[in-house]
Amino acid sequence: MGDLKLAWRNIWRHTRRSILTMMAIGFASLLLVFMLSFQFGSYEGMIDASVRLSTGHLQVQAQGYHDKPEMRKVVKNPRKVMDALSRTPGVEACTARCQTFVLASSEDRTRGVMIMGVDPETESRVLKTSSLIRQGEYLSSDDPNTVIIGALLAERLKIGLGEELTILGQARDGSIAATVMTVRGIFKSGIDEVDRSTVQMLLTDFDQLFGMDGAVHAVVAVVHKLTEVGEIKNTVMQDDALKGLAVLDWMELSPGLKQSIQMDLVSGIIMYVILIIVVAFSIMNTFLMAVFERTREFGVMMAIGVKPLRLVKIILMESMFMTGLGLLFGMILGALLTQYFAGAGISMGGAADLMAQYGISGRMYPRLSLITLFSGPILIGVVTFFTALLPALRIPRLKPANAMKAV
Amino acid sequence: MNAVSASNVSKIYMQGDVKVTALNKVSLEVAPGEFVALAGPSGSGKTTLLNLIGGLDEPDGGKISVNGKDFANMSSGDLAELRLSQIGFVFQSYNLIPVFTAEENVEYILQLQGEGKAERKKKARAMLDDVGLEGKYDRKPAQLSGGQQQRVAVARALVSNPTLILADEPTANLDSVTGESLLRTMREMNQKHGVTFIFSTHDSMVMNAAKRLVSMKDGAIVDDKVK
Repeated sequence: MGDLKLAWRNIWRHTRRSILTMMAIGFASLLLVFMLSFQFGSYEGMIDASVRLSTGHLQVQAQGYHDKPEMRKVVKNPRKVMDALSRTPGVEACTARCQTFVLASSEDRTRGVMIMGVDPETESRVLKTSSLIRQGEYLSSDDPNTVIIGALLAERLKIGLGEELTILGQARDGSIAATVMTVRGIFKSGIDEVDRSTVQMLLTDFDQLFGMDGAVHAVVAVVHKLTEVGEIKNTVMQDDALKGLAVLDWMELSPGLKQSIQMDLVSGIIMYVILIIVVAFSIMNTFLMAVFERTREFGVMMAIGVKPLRLVKIILMESMFMTGLGLLFGMILGALLTQYFAGAGISMGGAADLMAQYGISGRMYPRLSLITLFSGPILIGVVTFFTALLPALRIPRLKPANAMKAV
Repeated sequence: MNAVSASNVSKIYMQGDVKVTALNKVSLEVAPGEFVALAGPSGSGKTTLLNLIGGLDEPDGGKISVNGKDFANMSSGDLAELRLSQIGFVFQSYNLIPVFTAEENVEYILQLQGEGKAERKKKARAMLDDVGLEGKYDRKPAQLSGGQQQRVAVARALVSNPTLILADEPTANLDSVTGESLLRTMREMNQKHGVTFIFSTHDSMVMNAAKRLVSMKDGAIVDDKVK
């Protein structure tokens, strides 16, 4: 108790210096909590935007279809799979989808495109394609033999609304599949790759044209909470209805997205490490000063029988008190700030309108979690402990008689 | 067994490139319960000898033992342990822990010895009463006069029941009345508890109070008189 009391009171011998040090620690901690929450929140936004434009959070496919998409690798009974997904807690909605590569021709030009068969009712609950229509309308079950096409593709094929698009491909049984469809709508997702090469048609039309016999290539699902994807995936995989099928999550479906998040995280971590180094120098300065100016006192304490390692312990206690107070202050303020912006959101300024056009929220919402709340401050705590340890380790090298001569 | 035994002890300091011999083959034996003053001008080696006897510094030659314990093979931790259990220090400039109260300064030594809270509080107050600081338990060093601080330092030195007290010019910063009073207190402790005292001083009052006067000059003992 005496050592704790001594360490605590020593902090307040230089109130201003201690408060400044604690504020530096607190501010760094606040920044880390907020920035990490912002970064993780923005990833959620990115992931959400991406999965709702194309892949969904989860897909059920035939084994091997993801690695080598082939017409014959199908989910034979999509209804059963959709029922299983719908009764799984946490799943928001699901839809069935077919897709294959075909030649699409206008009057003047021909392009290779990805054609997707979708159910407009369930698809619009899962993905945002319906909100991306820039000209015309989205698909409707009441209007068969129509397609929607990407804006860049429409430009390249020199085709417009109401005009005919000839589709030529291979059916599931290997026979030729050919038809003529009318362009009902033109969409723009903002992703050139998608806008340049995607055509959507009704799932019923696709089924008929390619002889799918009720089978689909994927059942796509979205979930309520991104953090629950793994858990839901595991639950779904246990369901007998999915026996023999593959369940893939968004990370497997969009490895590029996962990699870009990892790269962003690494650059963020570099920034945080720089911030922590700056704080570490501030702490080191404080403790070097403390050790230098109290050298005489340490000499006296050793003279009265305090062992050198006990003095090191006292110095480390002082460091931990200051760090602890600073971290607590930073974590509380950081959490409050994050929670405020988690509700209000942070406007992305000029980019907001552009993002909104593609169905992405123009506001970013930081997300506070145990990881964002504790990981930064714990790292600061560890670094400051070792930073204070360096000057403290000078003490055992002191000779009491020499130390007592220090001014 | 002698309380202190120093045999052919030498200490050399470097001042820049110049070697300064602070102690030159000094030998001193002090029996338990003695009240000894080391007298001599500044630079005669008094403080250096006290520091070596207290294990605060290492000699460059010779041997030192306290209560039969030879310092030669002791680590800094062992020496700290020895000081805690057997040696008390009183310094010229008091050297109390500034953030502790008078009582806490005295109590801290007992805590280092592992004494229980209630017992150490009782002992600390009793010791402060003994040195005439009744009712000043909660004052911090900055709130005490020089004489009072030195009394706290004496209480701190005595509370752990040491067999030896080393006092480096304990009256140097005190007025004559306070110095005399402090000296009386230390003499009482010497008689009451049989504690061995070794002072360094050039204060004639302390020299007169000492039962044995060891005179030093230029790092050597030039006279050793028992009164």
